[in-house]
Amino acid sequence: MKDLAEAALNAAQVKGAGYADVRLDEHVQQDIIVKNGQLAAVSDDASEGFGVRVLVDGAWGFAGSARLNKNEIEEVVDRAIRIARASARVRSTPVDLGPPVTSRGHYRTPLERDPFSVPLTEKVELLLRADAAMGAVKGVGIREGSMEFLRQRKVFASTEGAFIEQELYESGAGIEATATSPDEVQNRSYPNSFGRHQGSGGYEYITAMQLDRHGGRIAEEAVALLTAPQCPSGVKTLILDASQTALQIHESCGHPTELDRVFGMEAAYAGTSFMTPEKLNHLQYGSPQVTITADALTPTGLGTFGWDDEGVPAQQSFLIKEGLFVGYLTSRETASVLGQQSNGTMRADGWNRIPLIRMTNVNLQPGNSSLNEMIADTKDGVYMETNRSWSIDDKRLNFQFGTQLAYEIVNGKRGRLLKNATYAGITPEFWNSCDAVAGRSEWKVWGLANCGKGQPPQTAHVAHGAAPARFQHVKVGILK
Amino acid sequence: MKSMEASRLTEEGEVKRFVDKLLHESPAQQTEVMVTEWDNALTRFANNGIHQNVAERDVSVRVRVVKGGKTGVASINQMNEKAAADVLKRAIAIADLQPEGEVVPMPGPAKSQSVGAWSDATAAATPEERADFVATICTKAKRAGLNAFGAFSTGAEQFAIANSLGVYHHHRSTDATINSVVMGEAGSGYADRGAIDVRDLNKDEIADEVIDKAQRNQNAQPIEPGVYEVVLEEYAVAEMLEFMSYTGFSALAVEEDRSFMKLGERITGDKITVWDDGLDLSGLPAPFDFEGVPKQRVDLIKKGVAAGVVYDMQTATKEGRQSTGHGLPAPNTEGPFAINLFMQPGSVPKPELIAGIKRGIWVTRFWYVRIVHPKLSIITGMTRDGTFLIENGRITRPVKDLRFTQSMLEALDGTLAVGKTTKLQIGEFIGASRVPAVRLKAFTFTS
Repeated sequence: MKDLAEAALNAAQVKGAGYADVRLDEHVQQDIIVKNGQLAAVSDDASEGFGVRVLVDGAWGFAGSARLNKNEIEEVVDRAIRIARASARVRSTPVDLGPPVTSRGHYRTPLERDPFSVPLTEKVELLLRADAAMGAVKGVGIREGSMEFLRQRKVFASTEGAFIEQELYESGAGIEATATSPDEVQNRSYPNSFGRHQGSGGYEYITAMQLDRHGGRIAEEAVALLTAPQCPSGVKTLILDASQTALQIHESCGHPTELDRVFGMEAAYAGTSFMTPEKLNHLQYGSPQVTITADALTPTGLGTFGWDDEGVPAQQSFLIKEGLFVGYLTSRETASVLGQQSNGTMRADGWNRIPLIRMTNVNLQPGNSSLNEMIADTKDGVYMETNRSWSIDDKRLNFQFGTQLAYEIVNGKRGRLLKNATYAGITPEFWNSCDAVAGRSEWKVWGLANCGKGQPPQTAHVAHGAAPARFQHVKVGILK
Repeated sequence: MKSMEASRLTEEGEVKRFVDKLLHESPAQQTEVMVTEWDNALTRFANNGIHQNVAERDVSVRVRVVKGGKTGVASINQMNEKAAADVLKRAIAIADLQPEGEVVPMPGPAKSQSVGAWSDATAAATPEERADFVATICTKAKRAGLNAFGAFSTGAEQFAIANSLGVYHHHRSTDATINSVVMGEAGSGYADRGAIDVRDLNKDEIADEVIDKAQRNQNAQPIEPGVYEVVLEEYAVAEMLEFMSYTGFSALAVEEDRSFMKLGERITGDKITVWDDGLDLSGLPAPFDFEGVPKQRVDLIKKGVAAGVVYDMQTATKEGRQSTGHGLPAPNTEGPFAINLFMQPGSVPKPELIAGIKRGIWVTRFWYVRIVHPKLSIITGMTRDGTFLIENGRITRPVKDLRFTQSMLEALDGTLAVGKTTKLQIGEFIGASRVPAVRLKAFTFTS
């Protein structure tokens, strides 16, 4: 690997690159799906290759190939250089990467049990037990459970002298029960939606979920939702469970603080951001209860690593401090525009993609309330749990979310189960209406393995530490 | 210089030899091999300049084995003897280690129709050609005092699928797509195009469209949310159709009681006819599916009546019928997928769709559409890059983007007119749709 990396960097320099980096990447993934009591799918996917990123005349070029040999490296470097020269013909401002990055080292995800050493039968049996628990509930039409395990070995080297080796592991699982009636499809999932809950770590992460203990509960909830009353429309107090709070952070704080979006680099696809540079250190983004960090050091987070894909060390930085907007997620190129240094958020989803600014673990810091206290202190509200649908505008202001489950809250007590719950708002108004965040004991790191961005499209695995949180004067019940 | 950039796909004969050898060496009762190889490049621009510019060459070899009532699937991204042995070994190991499960049957041999989806010009497109194309949009935008953003991609791909029952199909294709957002101080426009042959993309035409839209969409003012008559441009119609396909047009969705399709019943207005046809050269054709079944045309909605859904091997076998050639790669628990969608055009020229609208909204495109209620076909999303107020049959001013929460079937039930021309919209991940613009009686904007 080291030889190939050096060959690529040498070739790039000889051919005229002012800067070059190379990433060699080997990726293994196992997926298991159990559906309606049957093992429906097991797959084992492997991918390896390398990508070379070069700066020529202040413009970027990138090429990648699955063929890991020296001849191909020469061709790929030629291709990257030629592409960079073509970029330079239609360049706006020369790229400035700021100070050199010379990181060297090795990182491995801490884990107790290598998920690839766990017998397939053990994994399948756990999913089948959870499936049986769901199947024992009358009225459940579709049951599904899945697991996913990833191992990525990657090498990063640059012409500035960086050389990094990382071995990253992820483990994820989830179960879902679906019940239908002539007019309804209601589903409940555990621990999260989007198919599974995922984190950096080993099989211990799966064991801790106790999937089989939750199958019966979610199945009963899915069936009960079919006949539950519709979530009423109105402006109410809203309490979100930790997983929905995590998605709210993702969409309305994580994405708009990506500095490449702010500079228009995603304008034609993912969009831009309302959090423009003149608002930095001035915008009261949220209430004093709201402090949000980007922290690539959070244990079990999907955004936890040793260095990003530009060789910048993993670190923690503040995005929102007691409600005030104080920082961005940055890369070397974008940070230098603001006279800053990268806070290490550049990641590619494979050898064949360039790194982009991606959320690491964007965490809402725990407060000092609790879910029970929030409910007890609410006269007229709705509690919502587990995401069902999500949509937000291209500047990350106007959002609408739906959740799988909701309960009305009347005079401090949890009331009726409600179906098809939705809420909508405008980002700063919403976060400024946050008057309580639950404490550390209810705070958890939620992995999202489906964050899309970039052209060609990339899917990042990111995470959000979150606890239940309460918001005032929120429009709920968009579906009447 | 040009020859170096010509797409470097493996010769078909070599692919076939690789596949045959793998099938021959498999000890399983049934084996399927799928090879996808691609060479893609994409030039991305922002603020009137290229800021990202990439190329990749990759291959996927996917093997499915069935052994003693057990199925194993493995993939690798190398096409050589060592890789073949490795991927086969891993697929067999998975099958051996698991309890018996449901086996999705493999199809037997059937002739597939050859469709021409290849362009040498696209396969050989150079970074300089992409840069020149992009430069036209950026220069024109700059001259107009605007900023251009977007991406221009060219790609070549080959796909082969074979199984131990005698199936072998091979198809190669190219595609070229350009999308652009142009922004001014107070508003933006959008345009995109897709084609098999890059020479069919006219850089001046797309530049003029997106710049014109951006210029007309400056200083938009808010408008009260509510129910409005609308004209949806083809960009928005295609997105809506793709969501209908995702939630409703699959036999599995019907079987699992998740679909809005009530076969034989009227579900939209009678001006709506939708079908899937993987062989139509005006779409993005592919002659067979990811299980090796030749594609059939399937009528989905005929004059407003739910006419049919698409099948793969699993759903077809369960119902005792033939697959329509809409299977996805194994292992697949999502069911079949219609990815070559067409909506029948009407008789009204697109500019005349607004004739007679007293007060309505013109929507260029949707953004961040998500399903809110699958069975009622309710989606939510935002309008983006050109939302205009229509008053007394003409566009009077731009309005701020709006959020909609709307049942797709109810919206199409109120179809008042369908545009005379259609546009090809290439999907972000898979497939394409060819659709007209439509005029709908009622569309609900919620904020």
